[in-house]
Amino acid sequence: MSDHPEPEVQPQRVPAMQQLLDNPFLLLFIGITIPTVLYIVWGVMEIASIPVAP
Amino acid sequence: MAISPPRNRLWWNEPIERVEIGWIVVAFLWGLFMFFFMIAWHFIGGQNLSTETYRIKPPAYEEKVVAFAEKYQVAEEDGTPVVRPPAGEDVYLLARLWEWWPLLELKKGQSYRIHLSSLDWQHGFSLQPVNINISVHPGYEQIITLTPTQAGEFGIACNEYCGIGHHMMTGRIRVVE
Amino acid sequence: MAAIDAPYPGSAAAAAIFRTCRFTGLKVDIAAQRLIMANAVAAVVFLAVGGVMGLLVALTRWPAVHLLPSEWFYLVLTGHGANVLLFWIIFFEIAILYFASAVLLGSRIATPKIAWAAFVLMLVGAVMTNVAVFQGDSSVMFTSYPPMQASPHFYLGLIIFAVGALIGVGIFFGTLVIAHGEHTYEGSIPLVTFGALTAAIIAVFTLASGAIILIPTYLWSLGLITEIDPLMYKVVWWGMGHSSQQINVAAHVSVWYAIGALTIGAKPLSEKVSRSAFLLYILFLQLASAHHLLADPGMSATWKIVNTSYLMYLAVLGSLIHGLTVPGALEAAQRRNGYTKGAFEWLRKAPWGNPAFAGMFLSLVMFGFIGGISGVVLGTEQLNLLMHNTIYVPGHFHGTVVAGTTLAFMAMTYYVLPLIFQRDVIWPKLARWQPYLFGIGAAGISLFMMGAGTLGIPRRHWDITLTDAMHPFDLPSGGFLMMGLNGLSAVIAAAGGILYIVITVGTVLWGKRLDKGDAPLNFPLHKQAATVAEYGSHTTVKLPGTIILVSIFFLSFVLYYFVNWKYLSEIWLLR
Repeated sequence: MSDHPEPEVQPQRVPAMQQLLDNPFLLLFIGITIPTVLYIVWGVMEIASIPVAP
Repeated sequence: MAISPPRNRLWWNEPIERVEIGWIVVAFLWGLFMFFFMIAWHFIGGQNLSTETYRIKPPAYEEKVVAFAEKYQVAEEDGTPVVRPPAGEDVYLLARLWEWWPLLELKKGQSYRIHLSSLDWQHGFSLQPVNINISVHPGYEQIITLTPTQAGEFGIACNEYCGIGHHMMTGRIRVVE
Repeated sequence: MAAIDAPYPGSAAAAAIFRTCRFTGLKVDIAAQRLIMANAVAAVVFLAVGGVMGLLVALTRWPAVHLLPSEWFYLVLTGHGANVLLFWIIFFEIAILYFASAVLLGSRIATPKIAWAAFVLMLVGAVMTNVAVFQGDSSVMFTSYPPMQASPHFYLGLIIFAVGALIGVGIFFGTLVIAHGEHTYEGSIPLVTFGALTAAIIAVFTLASGAIILIPTYLWSLGLITEIDPLMYKVVWWGMGHSSQQINVAAHVSVWYAIGALTIGAKPLSEKVSRSAFLLYILFLQLASAHHLLADPGMSATWKIVNTSYLMYLAVLGSLIHGLTVPGALEAAQRRNGYTKGAFEWLRKAPWGNPAFAGMFLSLVMFGFIGGISGVVLGTEQLNLLMHNTIYVPGHFHGTVVAGTTLAFMAMTYYVLPLIFQRDVIWPKLARWQPYLFGIGAAGISLFMMGAGTLGIPRRHWDITLTDAMHPFDLPSGGFLMMGLNGLSAVIAAAGGILYIVITVGTVLWGKRLDKGDAPLNFPLHKQAATVAEYGSHTTVKLPGTIILVSIFFLSFVLYYFVNWKYLSEIWLLR
């Protein structure tokens, strides 16, 4: 859009939250990390720590 | 349009509709309530599933159940021992293809430590018509403290698919006054 | 497609062939179009196979009919789960991902050759698993819990399918990169593409979990590993089993927004709110895999509560937000279209004769009221005890996956056909009725199974009379009635499903060609469908209709939630 100057909008900084939402790979990273840690890793640790019957 | 890019490059700075804000607040608070109510039920509620669990080899568990059944057997029905443990006693129930073994006779209002495990595949303890449903795994012994609050005959169905005889797998708990 | 073979870099961009859609003005990459067609066709074929199996299952569980013998029942039930829960849904989702990336962004699709390889892998995997099921020694249900064991190629088929689907998701990400790099759009991606991105992210976690657990299980079935821990299996498997249904949620919410835009020119009330709701899905939706372990030994209450609540119900918050913003966007659009009288003229005068709109709206309402509410109740740590593994569970997920996702995808098909296949929908008068027929059937299936489950009827069970059991007892007669009504509803849903298949296949083969001439569509698009998204806030009027609808929904939710706690408080004491 070089032939279409937008002096008011362009120089503004993109807000941080919008930068996050516009970044598919960052979203992919956190979208995988959270369930992997909270659900899978923690869940497997719970199972691994079950004691043997007395 | 939802199928084209937003016209305003910095859409994050746009104000939000009042109705949206209002609903977000209501929905968020409702979510918090439901979250804390689950925690609260551990303190105020009488129905919480115990998480007391041990690893055990299926043959070792079978030994325990057989010893328990021999000790407290009072009768036999359909070729299966009927076991009447004293109140407060440890009670062992076994899931296998395709029965819940042995049959139990419990007293209303008394608490029992019920042990659950499977000898072979996964099974589903489904007490009817009370509607208490618990998964039973081979290799894991789970202990729940159960207090029957009604007298009568109760059936145990299996509600975890366990092969071709799944629909024939049952057990029984009799609760006496 | 010689362009793809071009020997020097950069040429693919220059040589990809595009057409311009005369209805939407969108630039469509022909390679992407073909891939969308192939995946959509495969999806419909597996829906047909799995749907027939579903009807057989329902007719067997109808006590008065009791159609199949037990071996066949368990075989067909296994096949039903795999074909509709995985194959139909994921093939269609891959089509949606390609559409939302290449078509909506006006870009060429990344590496079409590899995308075809992914398609072939998915097809081979799906067929292999079906073969294993039909050979008869893999009736292990969709969940295939060890130590019960299926044939090795049952697992291998699923693994190959998952790998293919994972590559397909990779193509989606690749296409996003290409579109961004080649500046085919300006600013942020459209909301529908963002919803598809949400689905894609969840899909990566889903398919990776599936591969992680199914590969050792496959080796175990070959005898190379001696034991699979049943509890460990269950935790990781549900990372796939449940999350795959969360892909659906993200995908069908995107479809709701897309159909709203296409049929009545709806635009999001606010990009920020709708996208944040999708972000909550990305972050927390997948934790709900723990719903399947609430009645299992070994997992601590803390783990259960944190995961089953999607971390303090933040993903439910996402769904509740969409539950307002989707009807709100529809109402705002209809009011702009001139239907401003009273609270509900916008709804009364909506295009109910357009199967895309009707299917979308029914999907929205039923997903919320049936699938959504029951899902939260079922996923409450203690309440789960009441329904775990009863037929309430299939009741719940038929409310989400059949009444919600499948109906939404069917609705979307009425635009995939003219816009991608470039064939106009045949038999428009009949097509008009299809979503209602299928929707009523799906609602019946869900509600009656939920009712039967509340009465204790077990799931995956061939004979609830327990006649051949060693210690027979009577399950409540109300449950038998419910299972009969479920069978009846399944027949209605099947009629709607058959109609869908016939219309879809008929249109693809014999529909009027739209690529030449300027014939209008049987189900026209809204005139603004092609314009750029514009912030609606300043022009949006008040939304009394949506507020009333959402209030009714919220009251039902709260009421049903407490009714179940009351019910729980009356059962035997348990600690």
